[in-house]
Amino acid sequence: MAIIHIDGKSYDVKEGRNLLEACLSLGIDLPYFCWHPALGSVGACRQCAVKSFKDEKDTKGRLIMSCMEPVKDQLRISVTDQEASAFREQVIGWLMTNHPHDCAVCDEGGSCHLQDMTVMTGHSYRNYHFTKRTYKNQYLGPFLNHEMNRCIQCYRCVRFYKDFAGGKDMDVFAAHNHVYFGRHKEGTLESEFSGNLAEICPTGVFTDKTLKQHYTRKWDMTYAPSICQGCSLGCNIIAGERYGSLRQISTRYNGAVNGYFLCDRGRYGYEFVNSPRRIREIAIRNSTLATITADDALRHLKDKLTGGRVIGIGSPRASLESNFVLQQLVGQDQFYLGMTHTEHDLATLALKILKQGPVRTPSMQEAAAADAVLILGEDLLNTAPMLGLAVRQAVRRQPTQDAMNAAHVLAWQDAAVREAMQDRNGPCFILNIQPTGLDEIATRAYHAAPDNIARIGFAVAQVLGAPVTVITDLTEEERQLVQQIADALSAAARPLIIAGYGMGNEASLRAAADVSWALHAQGKPAMLSFTMPECNTLGLEMLGGLRLDSAVDAVLNGEVDTVIVLENDLYRRMDKHTADHFLKHCKDLVLLDHLYNATAEKATVLLPAGSFAESDGTLVNNEGRAQRFFQVYGATGAIQESWRWLLQLGAITGNERLRHMQFLDDVTEAIAKRQPVFAGIDHLTPPADFRIAGQKIPREPHRYSGRTAMQANVNVSEPKPPVDDDTALSFTMEGYRGEPPSSMIPFFWWPGWNSVQSINKFQVEIGGSLHDGDPGKRLLEPNGNSNGNGHIPWFTDAPEHFVPMAGHLLMVPVYHIYGSEELSVHTPGIAERSPGAPYIMLNPDDAKRYEVAEHHQLQLAVNGHPYTFTVKINPALHRGMAGVPVGLQGIGIAEVPELGKL
Amino acid sequence: MFSLLRSMWLVFLHMFHKRETYQYPEEKAPLPARWRGRIALTRDPDGGERCVGCYLCAAACPVDCISLQATEDEHGRRYPEFFRINFSRCIFCGFCEEACPTYAIQLLPDFEMAEYNRQNLVYEKENLLINSQGKYPGYNYYKVAGMAIGGKDKGEAEREEPPVDIKSLLP
Amino acid sequence: MSAGHHWLVIGGVLFVLLNTAAGLIWLERRMLALWQDRYGPNRAGPFGILVVLADTLKLFFKEDWIPPFADKVVFVFAPAVVVASVLLSFTVIPFAPNVLVADFNVGLLFFLAMSSMGVYSIVLGGWASNNKYALLGAMRGASQMISYEVFMGLSVMGVVILSGSFNLREIVEAQKSGWYILPQIVGFFIFLIAGIAETHRLPFDIPEAESELVAGFHSEYSGMKFGMFFIGEYMGITLISAMVVTLYFGGWLGPAFLPPVIWFVLKTFAFIMLFILLRASMPRPRYDQLMEYGWKILFPLSLVNLLITAAIKLML
Repeated sequence: MAIIHIDGKSYDVKEGRNLLEACLSLGIDLPYFCWHPALGSVGACRQCAVKSFKDEKDTKGRLIMSCMEPVKDQLRISVTDQEASAFREQVIGWLMTNHPHDCAVCDEGGSCHLQDMTVMTGHSYRNYHFTKRTYKNQYLGPFLNHEMNRCIQCYRCVRFYKDFAGGKDMDVFAAHNHVYFGRHKEGTLESEFSGNLAEICPTGVFTDKTLKQHYTRKWDMTYAPSICQGCSLGCNIIAGERYGSLRQISTRYNGAVNGYFLCDRGRYGYEFVNSPRRIREIAIRNSTLATITADDALRHLKDKLTGGRVIGIGSPRASLESNFVLQQLVGQDQFYLGMTHTEHDLATLALKILKQGPVRTPSMQEAAAADAVLILGEDLLNTAPMLGLAVRQAVRRQPTQDAMNAAHVLAWQDAAVREAMQDRNGPCFILNIQPTGLDEIATRAYHAAPDNIARIGFAVAQVLGAPVTVITDLTEEERQLVQQIADALSAAARPLIIAGYGMGNEASLRAAADVSWALHAQGKPAMLSFTMPECNTLGLEMLGGLRLDSAVDAVLNGEVDTVIVLENDLYRRMDKHTADHFLKHCKDLVLLDHLYNATAEKATVLLPAGSFAESDGTLVNNEGRAQRFFQVYGATGAIQESWRWLLQLGAITGNERLRHMQFLDDVTEAIAKRQPVFAGIDHLTPPADFRIAGQKIPREPHRYSGRTAMQANVNVSEPKPPVDDDTALSFTMEGYRGEPPSSMIPFFWWPGWNSVQSINKFQVEIGGSLHDGDPGKRLLEPNGNSNGNGHIPWFTDAPEHFVPMAGHLLMVPVYHIYGSEELSVHTPGIAERSPGAPYIMLNPDDAKRYEVAEHHQLQLAVNGHPYTFTVKINPALHRGMAGVPVGLQGIGIAEVPELGKL
Repeated sequence: MFSLLRSMWLVFLHMFHKRETYQYPEEKAPLPARWRGRIALTRDPDGGERCVGCYLCAAACPVDCISLQATEDEHGRRYPEFFRINFSRCIFCGFCEEACPTYAIQLLPDFEMAEYNRQNLVYEKENLLINSQGKYPGYNYYKVAGMAIGGKDKGEAEREEPPVDIKSLLP
Repeated sequence: MSAGHHWLVIGGVLFVLLNTAAGLIWLERRMLALWQDRYGPNRAGPFGILVVLADTLKLFFKEDWIPPFADKVVFVFAPAVVVASVLLSFTVIPFAPNVLVADFNVGLLFFLAMSSMGVYSIVLGGWASNNKYALLGAMRGASQMISYEVFMGLSVMGVVILSGSFNLREIVEAQKSGWYILPQIVGFFIFLIAGIAETHRLPFDIPEAESELVAGFHSEYSGMKFGMFFIGEYMGITLISAMVVTLYFGGWLGPAFLPPVIWFVLKTFAFIMLFILLRASMPRPRYDQLMEYGWKILFPLSLVNLLITAAIKLML
């Protein structure tokens, strides 16, 4: 700790940070542009100038840039010094000379850092009366809008896009006062993290294009803290609504999970909530009623549920609450996990490894702090994009450390560090069936068949000392690779092993576990991260239930009358023929879902469920972190949260297990009480009766407008605003205006800080955790007993070497960030970026052997059913394998790996 | 005591003064041009809608009686998709006019808006939009703002240089 | 006087009084408008005279609302008290030599007694409303009226000494030689001011004081119950005006070219106009100023007036 003196007052601050961070952490408002907590300092904008004094007697002082100045003991500075503030005002005056002053038509207006800083410096009068420079804009794809005139040349965009996120297709062009930030030519920005530019840009050069299509100012939206449903990482998001439709997703800072950023699937994959395919009305097949009310539907179902034998099929994309209530409604022995065979196996294995093994699964920010990474069979940028971003940060750790030691700079001195490290990367090994977007930062990228990758993993574990059956038949190249990986991991201080569902291969999970355990046995704080297919796969697995196959058997054997399916499209869980067969034999199929899908087509009763924006619930991410998401707006019409529908069914059928359950808190309390593994999830967020100063936490900013006009076209008498009985959030702008608990911050705003930069005010220290801790509760901790080798549940057997089968192709999954996920693809921008028609990826040798070329059609028989794909050639793919983009619409295959017969 | 009597006397003398009342329905009061009455959306000199849907009027409105949705035409010009004022809530404070950066929303000297049915006091855009520039003739927001719209490309607004050729290396 | 004549007088007095009170509503609004350079009611009927009818109809057809928190019996009873007490006071007023309801030998005392009764309506109304503004208004009303009653009584004693009678008819007849306004000029002013305070008219409308107390003691009243307070106030004005005329301006006395009753009415209306002019021109004093003015100035002054009058009477 160091003592610094700011404007005559002494403060105790942490050493090693810069002055700007120190000032902001102390709550002192100091303007800045080019500095960003995640990007570090470059001292380009000259906006954060303060006066520095030599000692007590020095009255003259000198101007310094606070972002470039490390905190030193007994430093004397002045923020309010007249010369310093005049300097800051002048700097912003110069920055603004060419600014078009078009805030009225700018999407950033109202959440604009430039506006905030202009007001903060007091620059209120424009002295420049000459002509303004202008630029042509570029088309940057469906996600971002470009308006270069507004640029103030802070360079944050390229520093994020190129340096931080590793994008290749954006740069700064031209010279002197003509610098231009964009692509070399018009076209879609390719990075998976391009959307963050909208938040990184301090003004309106890059703005959210999907928001523009239904533009709403920040102050006009109803917000709720939510959790991204796009993948298993559980990034924290803020969802904003206006006029009954979801308008925007923005980052909700979580110092442990996603930090300041989101991937584009998470940010832009929300519009399915507004989709015309939404199920909004109750439907009962062959019903004679003109309109079916909830009561009609419940009465109809009462007979079905009390008379016959009922099973329930849960869903990995439904909340824990919904799954739990369904489980309690139908009974533990009638509850089936709605996952594919493979996913179920992987999830079971992953949970077992994480629970019984001694190695900890890291949060995403912990992963970003790793200094050596081994990825076994995972195309992170497509299966868990934000973890990929974390790996990008992790590979910078070692060279950064070297640079700090060699050049005596600090980590936040971004330009100096990057200059010193050049393009060196830390150890990172990526083994996958085909090239991934992260291969460029890998020390070695190796492409092989799933089982072979697992074998390399086991071999590494063996070198590191794991009791693994000796693997002998590795090639020389593989042996070298194994040795290199083992050396790098042993040398690292915080090695990270990543595996997951990417190959659909259990052996790779076992190998990853062995490697991490072997490192642990060496006494290293190794980390083991598994990706999961969906947002609540791990939660559902922890809840526990029977396999989906056995549900099929039960129905086909005629043991079941009614099947209740929770937020699940069974056609994505089984292949089309099995699903058709299964659904044909269901006497009654009750589906609760929000988007019309193939299963809905077959349902006899359709109950409209709320999407994440209309529901409260809890998800468990791949880390085992339970996180709560909140309803953004009151659902319209018949739409209700799934768990509420199921509770009502429980009430009408007199279900003993669901007695006295009515609100969210009742359900979470019951989960925590009845399932010890979920202990504590009832305290993830404050309960519904939580009040600050007697008030709820408002979902709407205090400047929310139009309350007495937005519904006036329907009826001039305003309706009573909806009441939220489930949570401590209110649907209106009335409530406590101060800082809410960190787990339920609906939006980031602070007086004078309208933009997203107000996050500074909610953090303990800049870039650290939120004031009362980062939200979420880790449910999985490593098994502390297994310290010695003896207690580690080693996996000793490596799989057999992959041998291509004549006349067959091993179909392996290929994932796409845009398109593979079920819901986000119903968003126009995501659909535009998706690869389109299903294809099959072949090795050129295989293609030659089967006499097909690129774009040809290839027919394969899977389980005796024929499928036709368009051929794509990929030389990196191992022979005898075929990459299939599972999850893509219209693919028909739900489950790979699988053998396809030609 | 004397002042009391004096004021009584002075008040009494008012008996012989001229009455100030306008006999309203028969005789209209002359309203000053800045009278804050009925709210209208005006047009710019080219006849285009002045409103760009910036939401500042709605934010300024103390009774929250303005709601709108901004949208954009194919050339990038912003305009309100709908614009609704609930006059049964409006207090004619004029904050919306003050907040408007484009002189679009203006309060006019007209107060005769009474209705028997409250619902009729909800004015939509077609009821608000007038074919006039209102109090501020000659102003055209897009002539000074940097956005490109149909008929005005980048660099064609007032005090703007032609767009930068980023391939040029000239100083 | 025959019984028929008597009933005719009672009926006539009631009819004229109630209509006068109603008409005063219109008259006041027109006069206030005149003094404020406006027109006042001018739409319903000639000169807007039918506004009285419209107001009455409105009051009659308004919902007869008693707040759920009110003391119901007292709440209904209170407005009746004010009307009854004022009407009873009129029984002793001699409108003309033969036109009076009761030729009562302690008529003046009866008048004082009845005007004291008026306090009850305010106190009960304010109390029964169970509303803090109403209660504050009632408390102010009670203290104001009780205080001003004291020297109202004392101020008229000068007249009693001069005329030697409490009978109002005899007091008027005693003025044939000269109206008491001249010898009793001080008494007249004290009586007038106390009268204004008794009727809690502006500027002494402190129990109502709408800028401070909503509507004071009758905040919770509406419909015809409010109407009774309203009518009571205008009848109160008429009563005080009539009393002033009777005690100091020779009642019905006047040159013979007009019948006595017309003289009485004319004089009374002159004072009613004065009441309205006061309303048009006076600001309301503060409550403590009002009490101070009453007890520290008017009360001693009325005693002095009584003393001097008695002394002169003795000496003559």
